[in-house]
Amino acid sequence: MYEIMGKRNRTNLFAILILGVILALLPLGIRKEFLISIFINIFLYAYLGQCWNILGGYAGYLSLGHTVFFGIGAYASSILFCSFGINPWLGMLSGAILAMLVGIVISYLSFRYGLRGIYFAMITLAFGVIFRVIFTNSEFLGGAQGVLIPLKAPSIAQFQFDGKLGFFYIGLLLVLMSLVITWFISRQKFGYNLLAIKDNEKASEALGIHTNRYKLLATCLSASLTALGGSFYAQYLMYISPETVFSLNLSIEIVLVVIVGGMGTLFGPVLGAFVLIPIGELTRALLKEGAMGMHVIVYGIILIIFCLLLPNGLIPTVQTLFRSRLVKDA
Amino acid sequence: MSFTQIFQSLVGGLLIGGVYSLVAIGLTIIYGVLKIVNFAHGDFLMLAMYLAFFSYTLLNIDPYLMAFVALPLFFVFGVFIYKLIIQPIVEKGEEHIQILLTMGLAWVLQNIVLYFFGPDYRSLRLPYGDITLSIGDVYFSLTKIIACGGAVICTLLVHLLFKKTKLGKAIRAAAQEPWAAYMVGINVKRIYYISFAIGICCVSIAGFLVIPFFYTSPLAGAQFTLIAFVVVVLGGLGSFAGALICGFLVGLVEGIGSAFLPGSYQELVVFSVFILILLFKPSGIFVRNNG
Amino acid sequence: MLKIENVSKRFGGIQAIREVSAYLKEGEVVGLIGPNGAGKTTLFNLISGFIKPDQGTIDFENRNITGLKPYKICRLGMTRTFQIVEPFKHLTVFENILVGALNKFDKYDVAADRVKEVIDLVGLARVYQRYGMDLNIVESKKLEIAKALSVQPRLLLLDEIMAGLNPTEVKQVTDLIMNLNKENISFLVIEHNMRAIMEISVRIIVLNYGEKIFEGFPSDIMHNKAVVDAYLGDETDA
Repeated sequence: MYEIMGKRNRTNLFAILILGVILALLPLGIRKEFLISIFINIFLYAYLGQCWNILGGYAGYLSLGHTVFFGIGAYASSILFCSFGINPWLGMLSGAILAMLVGIVISYLSFRYGLRGIYFAMITLAFGVIFRVIFTNSEFLGGAQGVLIPLKAPSIAQFQFDGKLGFFYIGLLLVLMSLVITWFISRQKFGYNLLAIKDNEKASEALGIHTNRYKLLATCLSASLTALGGSFYAQYLMYISPETVFSLNLSIEIVLVVIVGGMGTLFGPVLGAFVLIPIGELTRALLKEGAMGMHVIVYGIILIIFCLLLPNGLIPTVQTLFRSRLVKDA
Repeated sequence: MSFTQIFQSLVGGLLIGGVYSLVAIGLTIIYGVLKIVNFAHGDFLMLAMYLAFFSYTLLNIDPYLMAFVALPLFFVFGVFIYKLIIQPIVEKGEEHIQILLTMGLAWVLQNIVLYFFGPDYRSLRLPYGDITLSIGDVYFSLTKIIACGGAVICTLLVHLLFKKTKLGKAIRAAAQEPWAAYMVGINVKRIYYISFAIGICCVSIAGFLVIPFFYTSPLAGAQFTLIAFVVVVLGGLGSFAGALICGFLVGLVEGIGSAFLPGSYQELVVFSVFILILLFKPSGIFVRNNG
Repeated sequence: MLKIENVSKRFGGIQAIREVSAYLKEGEVVGLIGPNGAGKTTLFNLISGFIKPDQGTIDFENRNITGLKPYKICRLGMTRTFQIVEPFKHLTVFENILVGALNKFDKYDVAADRVKEVIDLVGLARVYQRYGMDLNIVESKKLEIAKALSVQPRLLLLDEIMAGLNPTEVKQVTDLIMNLNKENISFLVIEHNMRAIMEISVRIIVLNYGEKIFEGFPSDIMHNKAVVDAYLGDETDA
């Protein structure tokens, strides 16, 4: 009698697979490296958005400081590689662990002292600033100049590639991984607990959910995954600095991607990235030389428009339209 | 590090703290009445700085004079921004949407300036810009003193506005109990955009006060926004007196930081204190109820 | 089953609960009444772990639960509803109940069975697909009870569950409570609806200004001067 509700939706997994295959085949049709790099950008933001979504969209704790985890990932792999010759993949892993530890500290403090909503946003923001300042002023971490990653023998083992294709596929893999992880947690106890916490934390407690533990777990997952994105970015651009990887703007851009697509949805961040990044690139392309800042103006306007008109994002808005038609018919 | 140098830094910090207070009070008004966190706050200061810069370099108008001229301009601008962007989400909209909305506004303002004027730092060289007064070995920059004094005067004026005038009382009523205010015939909608505009005016005046000794750039405002937030949280979200006192406090802490720590570590000190306050006393260190 | 001994709680300058003691035996439906501000919800908060008492102890099934966090108390078999009913807005009715069930039973199939059971018990079968935000007040209240039932509690604290319901709806709820009580679920019910609470309760506790001023059978309540004064206000006081 009841349609199976609440069990993991295999259709979605299938959809992820199809999306993956389509995107994987893209480079066969695209020759221009420029377009490949746009996709890499899309993948990066889609991935970061997915990671943020776990804590922000599902658990409802909106962090404005995810750049902290991103930056830790970027610096961990870079410093370990440049100063100690450690393989970037291992560095990436250590970055993830470090970011997770930092995430635990930030979250534990926040949750223990009951910070929520805007206060939580502000504390994450403050940590972002603090990390930027620390790294800018630490000479042994590269200081304000940042870290330049030397090009050694390009190979997948060294996480360096000739050309962009390698990064395209790794980026795609990251996106798919984040989608699968989100899919995995979404329709089972973990995901439901997060959603319940987002909607009504007190009621969740009364129902036996150890809210602090789940919030902490969400943070760990979100933080460590975000750090992987940071390492990816570092290897891709071969140059990082506190200003670029501990940037408040980056934190907000991540949130923007998720807002546009839809918070707390499976494909929201991916959709958001696919909408937002091309618009930004288009703006830059149209204005060529004088483009400084214009694409951010466009982002800002999009952010404003979405906040005013479509605060739930694209996917939930479409879902609501379908749902209201359903309810009327019922 | 001699005592004089330390004292110098402290005083310098206190002087700029006066400006921080004014900026924070603008933020407090907007939050207290509209319950909106204005992340674009400092960017109005930045706009004021640019206006001052260009009116001086192109038209030779003294920034302090320009402040008076620009005040009504910024008031109207504030009303405009309110009606266009803020009004739809006042009292509605979830908290995080409000935050992101004003962040979007900040981005737009910052990058419009960036687009038209480029990223270069600009500063004014005023004829009286280098004058310093001295007491003993300690030197005070005249422009900083004017800035602090001007800020305090403006704060007092705003305070008088709220305490003594009919408009001020109406604003306070609308801030505390919008429905009750509506019932007694107060046009709450009008109060909202007036309050927002007043808040914008406060922070814009700060821009004119500060341009004689600060560099301006598209991102100059963002610094002030963050500091204003620290001040406001410290003083208690919505507390007038808290914003006033903590503005000076933060300026002082910055001064201490710059005296003893290298580089931009003073930012670190300020934000560390901020985090500690958020954790242990988010209602502000003075625990007041209504501003 | 539930034993509250000399519990007190102060908020700033106000003594919200003053040395309240009470008990509830297994299988009972006990009513908790008192004028607004008497401290009823505060007492609930203390019992269910949302607030810690300044002094006193609370035992549940012979186990000291004073100061335990709400989720632990829930796992021990006691749960509560909230005065301001807020279902999980973005989840369907089914999912709303599933949340609790999953936490109790872990395995999806067992949990889903429980959900279906509860939906039938409470009478929400027609709207199981509707989102929490689309429910009307009766449905929300039923859902609130359903959510609580999903974790198979042995003691259920109901906070003004009948507020805002019309007489027919109130009857539905009281019938539900009596039915569940037959299944050996005990209840502690805060209510302002006098008739309803008289009907279902085997015993009634009256609070005023944080103190227990009366405890006894429903039939005795009406005649007790202290209770009447509490509700009407003592007019002889200068």
